[in-house]
Amino acid sequence: MYTQAMDLMAREAKPKVVKSAEDLQREEAFEARIDAGDFIEAKDWMPEHYRKTLVRQISQHAHSEIVGMLPEGNWITRAPTLKRKAILLAKVQDEGGHGLYLYAAAETLGTSRDEMTEALLSGKAKYSSIFNYPTLTWADIGVIGWLVDGAAIMNQVPLCRCSYAPYARAMIRVCREESFHQRQGYESLLTMMTHGTAAQKAMVQDAVNRWWWPSLMMFGPADKDSPNSEQSMRWGIKRVTNDQLRQKFVDATIPQADILGVTVPDPALKWNVERDSYDFGEIDWSEFWRVVGGEGPCNRERLAARNKAWDDGAWVRDAALAHARKQAVKMEAA
Amino acid sequence: MDAKTTYVLRLADTCLIHSQRLSEWAGHAPVLEEDLALPNIALDLLGQARALLTHAGQLEGAGRDEDQLAFLREERDYRNIVLVELPNAAASPSDGGGGRDFALTVVRNTAVSIWLELLYGRLQSSLDAELAGIAAKSLKEVRYHRQHSSDWVVRLGDGTDDSKARMQAALNVLWPYFNELFAAEGVDGVGPGWNELEPEWRARWATLMQQATLTLPRESAMQPRGIDGIHSEHMGHMLATMQHLQRSYPGGVW
Amino acid sequence: MSNPRNEWPLWEVFVRSKAGLDHKHCGSLHAADAPMAIQMARDVYTRRQEGTSIWVVRSEQIVASDPTEKGSLFDPADDKVYRHPTFYELPDELNHM
Repeated sequence: MYTQAMDLMAREAKPKVVKSAEDLQREEAFEARIDAGDFIEAKDWMPEHYRKTLVRQISQHAHSEIVGMLPEGNWITRAPTLKRKAILLAKVQDEGGHGLYLYAAAETLGTSRDEMTEALLSGKAKYSSIFNYPTLTWADIGVIGWLVDGAAIMNQVPLCRCSYAPYARAMIRVCREESFHQRQGYESLLTMMTHGTAAQKAMVQDAVNRWWWPSLMMFGPADKDSPNSEQSMRWGIKRVTNDQLRQKFVDATIPQADILGVTVPDPALKWNVERDSYDFGEIDWSEFWRVVGGEGPCNRERLAARNKAWDDGAWVRDAALAHARKQAVKMEAA
Repeated sequence: MDAKTTYVLRLADTCLIHSQRLSEWAGHAPVLEEDLALPNIALDLLGQARALLTHAGQLEGAGRDEDQLAFLREERDYRNIVLVELPNAAASPSDGGGGRDFALTVVRNTAVSIWLELLYGRLQSSLDAELAGIAAKSLKEVRYHRQHSSDWVVRLGDGTDDSKARMQAALNVLWPYFNELFAAEGVDGVGPGWNELEPEWRARWATLMQQATLTLPRESAMQPRGIDGIHSEHMGHMLATMQHLQRSYPGGVW
Repeated sequence: MSNPRNEWPLWEVFVRSKAGLDHKHCGSLHAADAPMAIQMARDVYTRRQEGTSIWVVRSEQIVASDPTEKGSLFDPADDKVYRHPTFYELPDELNHM
């Protein structure tokens, strides 16, 4: 799952250091490699700003996966059939796995898992704000699979060609697993809309009404409000703009909504023949910034849950280390 | 319900309810790697439960499928052992106050997986061919669960003073419930009485306790009878959660 | 406060997906000891496949070459596989591992 963090980063303070001739040469060579479509690996020289940008983006992407386990995990014990329970458990497990791949990729850039965890738990690091909304009904689970995973896939596929190779490789692995998530979510909704009771159909429509706009917000601020995008595009970290992806998402998703027999809560939605694309309404940017700023419905609860898991688990982590050290000492004495 | 169906249902329900409790951990484990490991065990057990429930439904011959059995029975008709329905937080010092106690979970996982390893091992030669097939496949899975869980018991029993205290407390709470692992009668041609597993189980458990530097609690006379539908007070709440959607949307298709 | 000495060590994971193929590097994970690392590698990196072989190696024990533009392939001063804060800090008790 994706994070909008790229565009929400504060601008990096440019270091007040005079660059040596060697550094300037290295930067030129680096830019040339990027332009040639080369992959950058962990040990390659890279500008400090490139490295910092990636650490922040990759780690916040990882945080999103971890926090994303919570709204969906909320329904595992209440899944309505054993098959749906198994699918949801596997999906939530996958999300944990994606977080893990991404933390691993971020660690190749000089940060550590604990450092990143601390940044998340203290509220310093951001994660995709879609997960600050509550899952209120079972239909939310299907809608998350359809819309939220759908939006995430749209963001993630271009990242498979990210210039930083460990991130690109992690994304390839993630994308392979993610397509199952979206399909299962959509299939669950299709089943309810096609064969379900009137009450189930109403549940689905209600879930779509609540998740539509937050899903569009997953693509981040409008291009005109994303000053850092340009540098990231030049460096091959970002490949497609926010608005382009958002439009692509709407165009792909509305036909899917038609098949389901649900509407989206946008009175301005209209097919535009000239653009060969859907016109759609304006996002409520005040809500967007409110949720990103920590005042969404579930921000505090999500962080509290992650902090609790971490704090309650400290004794486990410490004991495992203590045991390993005891074993090492024993081995040495033998 | 005939003895054959009951025998299978006791195993099926135990896997089902144990899986349900384990699935409460997703997103809340002490470390991210365990957020994958615990759901992995829960998924395996759920798969075993589904196969066993389907088979029990066939044996019963009343047309009930896995979901009707899982979601539409009354509490007194579930046949799982009480051990697996207990909440993940013990009423003991090792409970962090939040409803999930890793010490309790790994002790329970180990006890149940050693038991399942022994039981599935025997059921491989059941004259009920379907049951024998399920047992053979499940045996591989529970072997891994047992390895994973018992490694944790040793790590945490012989870790820090704090972890040892928490593990001992969890063990003391769960110990009386282990008696039910050996309580069910066997059925000719289907499977052995669970009492036949006891000597081997106790021997393996004693060895594990030594490695984990934990103390075996005193023998308990408690005789839980979850296998007869006499459950703890926790069961009703768990079922209310689990069954809610099926009961709120009668005739729903999911 | 994150303390590198209290963090579980980092391991690199290599998986052979099918007999006849090489082990391939898939990523890393944190584990307290070797048995845990193998089990976790199985849970994390082989969820969808059967019959794999898994190698785990403590990340700081991997020695890597470092090709630079200057063309010197093996720079002994730069021999870690990537920059990680815990690579150069081992708890005293584990110095001989």
